[in-house]
Amino acid sequence: MSQIFHRSTNLVSRVSIYGAVLIIGALGYALYAIAMSPWYTDQNVKRQQPVPFSHRHHAGELGIDCRYCHTSVEKSSFAGVPPTQTCMTCHSQIWTNSSMLEPVRASYRDDTSLPWVRVNALPDFVYFDHSIHVSKGVGCTTCHGQVAEMALTERAGTLYMSWCLNCHRQPEKFVRDKSEVFNPYYESPSAAKQLELGRKLVKEYKIQSYQHCSTCHR
Amino acid sequence: MKLKIDLNLGGFVRRGLGVACLSALAMLSAGCRLDMHLQPKYLPYESTDFFADGRSERQPVPGTVARGQLRVDELMFTGRENGVAASTFPFPITRADLERGRERYNIYCTPCHDYTGSGRGMIVQRGFPQPPSYHIQRLRDAPVGHFFEVMTNGFGAMYSYAARIDTADRWRIAAYIRVLQLSENATIQDVPDSERQKLSQPVASQSAGKQARESQ
Repeated sequence: MSQIFHRSTNLVSRVSIYGAVLIIGALGYALYAIAMSPWYTDQNVKRQQPVPFSHRHHAGELGIDCRYCHTSVEKSSFAGVPPTQTCMTCHSQIWTNSSMLEPVRASYRDDTSLPWVRVNALPDFVYFDHSIHVSKGVGCTTCHGQVAEMALTERAGTLYMSWCLNCHRQPEKFVRDKSEVFNPYYESPSAAKQLELGRKLVKEYKIQSYQHCSTCHR
Repeated sequence: MKLKIDLNLGGFVRRGLGVACLSALAMLSAGCRLDMHLQPKYLPYESTDFFADGRSERQPVPGTVARGQLRVDELMFTGRENGVAASTFPFPITRADLERGRERYNIYCTPCHDYTGSGRGMIVQRGFPQPPSYHIQRLRDAPVGHFFEVMTNGFGAMYSYAARIDTADRWRIAAYIRVLQLSENATIQDVPDSERQKLSQPVASQSAGKQARESQ
């Protein structure tokens, strides 16, 4: 009876002993890298909008408060996308000939909606509420990043559950004074000072480190 | 013979790979159902094909009065009393109301009217028609109801802010405009005796006061 396996398969078997470990490890790493990549999470990916609205110009250079447009952020789960009337409050008078703003004028004229593209969206089984976060000292930039420096708006976090839990597990590392919540240029103090400030604020604002499922999933 | 074995092995490997790939695909795609991610419900402002205007949110039927939204209080909702701009507030103004008014004023009004009410805000500097200063005699004499009315209905180039600012907050802003008018036209007599000395103190302590104000 002849040998079933050719001699060359010895090499295959030897390599595969080590290879199995390496291949599984590499596969795992590749999956992780893909899952964390902007290609998959949309993190730091600029979205094209019907009008190239610049937060850098409006919130940064002009210093307009976040709440001027996102009016419901303090009292609702949804921060609010401004109606065309808000845009036209100023643009009925300035940049009235700009072709870039024609979709805004058309929307106002014809009473049609501007199809803004959502930048931050959660799965439908997550019930996030803006109002509780901003009223407990979580700043806009903590989750949304340096919006006042974004020409086209991009997602600043992965929006993964681990990203949410990162703060829910240790809110003292992120909270700021309530008066600074809407400050787009807030810089948190050094790590040690932030911990000290954070512990004080967590106590003062009665921040609860909710981590059970039904906090967000209902 | 040797060649045949090699081919068989190749076939075995290929079949094995094929089975492995298929089962991996089957397992992965089983985890790819998105029906919990994309539930059959509308989130705020979500578009829809169902209605002709593409909006999932519907306008209430004209004449609808939501619970607790019956607007029978003329003073509260129009700023008028017996048809003329009211000179009283619909509710007593406390210090907390003034502070809320300042916060709301700083959000919604400063882009044009600026922090002092002079009408030289950032948007005016960028070409918006300049509104009158709050400190001219005509507006100092104007009843508070006038300011409430302007915020509610708009005036000249200014659009209505009724959709952006709650009714009570519009009254609080009107109260804060009164504060600005008072502050810009204050004299040394308006400063309490106990505070007056601070005005003549050296510059260092004044800048400390400025920092304290800014950090508030």
